Amino acid sequence: MASNEEILAGLAEIVNEETGLAPEAVELDKSFTDDLDIDSISMMTIVVNAEEKFGVRIPDEEVKNLKTVGDAVSFIAGAQA
Amino acid sequence: MSTPTLKQRPVNEFSRILGIGAYRPEIIVTNDDVCQWIDSSDEWIRQRTGIVTRHRAPKDVSVIEMAVAAGAEALANAGIEASQLGAVIVSTVTHPYATPSAAALITEKLGATPAPAYDVSAACAGYCYGVAQGDALVRSGAADYVLVIGAEKLSDVINNHERTISFLLGDGAGAVVIGPADEPGVGPSVWGSDGSKWDAIGMTHSMLDVKDFSQSAMKSESVLDAAAAGEMQSSLWPTLRQDGQTVFRWAVWEMAKVAKQALEAAGITAEDLGAFVPHQANMRIIDEMVKQLKLPESVIVGRDIAEAGNTSAASIPLATHRLLQENPELSGKYSLQIGFGAGLVFGAQVVRLP
Repeated sequence: MASNEEILAGLAEIVNEETGLAPEAVELDKSFTDDLDIDSISMMTIVVNAEEKFGVRIPDEEVKNLKTVGDAVSFIAGAQA
Repeated sequence: MSTPTLKQRPVNEFSRILGIGAYRPEIIVTNDDVCQWIDSSDEWIRQRTGIVTRHRAPKDVSVIEMAVAAGAEALANAGIEASQLGAVIVSTVTHPYATPSAAALITEKLGATPAPAYDVSAACAGYCYGVAQGDALVRSGAADYVLVIGAEKLSDVINNHERTISFLLGDGAGAVVIGPADEPGVGPSVWGSDGSKWDAIGMTHSMLDVKDFSQSAMKSESVLDAAAAGEMQSSLWPTLRQDGQTVFRWAVWEMAKVAKQALEAAGITAEDLGAFVPHQANMRIIDEMVKQLKLPESVIVGRDIAEAGNTSAASIPLATHRLLQENPELSGKYSLQIGFGAGLVFGAQVVRLP
């Protein structure tokens, strides 16, 4: 099971692959839409890749609650538990 | 008295697509046109959808006319007379009569009467459903030649101010003739449905809502009320909507699996393909599917959506028609086609291109 730091690093890698954003720009307090400029389609790609990487299920209705990178890290950590 | 043995029709061992036709209506709607109706920009629409233009039919051009034009070209391209058709299958969700079918009238206009004719309601999977049935009818011997048409006038069922799907959609028709062949030309169809996501794409409301409303408006005695009622009634006209994120996720990751199954069922690999023609829903879906399927660079991918928008059941034959025009060397090669949409429904098969 991945630690929060590992989840953040893994997410940063996924975001980097989808958008080209530098992994270090992916910080806990950053908003996916406002700060990282990630659109809804890219967000879905990131969600599916995160599911695969961390072995969790992120339902469609949960995706809209994942406003910041920190929200996503918490959700994934909780889902792994 | 002994029971006589029934006769059954002899089967055809193999089937294939013999010819293809297309009809693209004349009105071109640009992204700048769309931005008069929704707060957006050409750049935003291109980046999110890959769509640059879409075709829409004028008021006097119906699903029937578009289907007849595409069907006639497919027949000519196949070298088959309309009178040889053993069935006409029309996939559409925009024929504005619950009954009679679009197919019966199209069959009459093509000169194919009395061929069996029926409509299929399988939205963006409709063409692949039609090919699955055409293939089955030909190989079973139930029909020697089958005309499969995908035709949509989606501009009749959109609300230009709606943001989830309307700006993606265009009108058009595509058709193929399927007939007997000396070698296999249509791989096994992988097709199905998932009604648990019935609400993911569809109409804003039922036709019965319109009926209830128009009945109460007719009872109104005030002229003013009646005028207001008329206005409200037109806003009650059901139009399309979708839950874009749910559909995107399903379309890319679930449909990539279905596409792989269709390849496996046909006994070939991605390296054996000449073309990949997915339903033209969104360029981002197409790009992501290409990635998921790990298609080699040599496979030519149908990207008609840039010019034609999403034309539902017509999109795969339209995109295939364009690929064959632009790359005639694809003739005789294998194409993996997959349709998916409202239902939800899906269908995929490998076909040998005409």
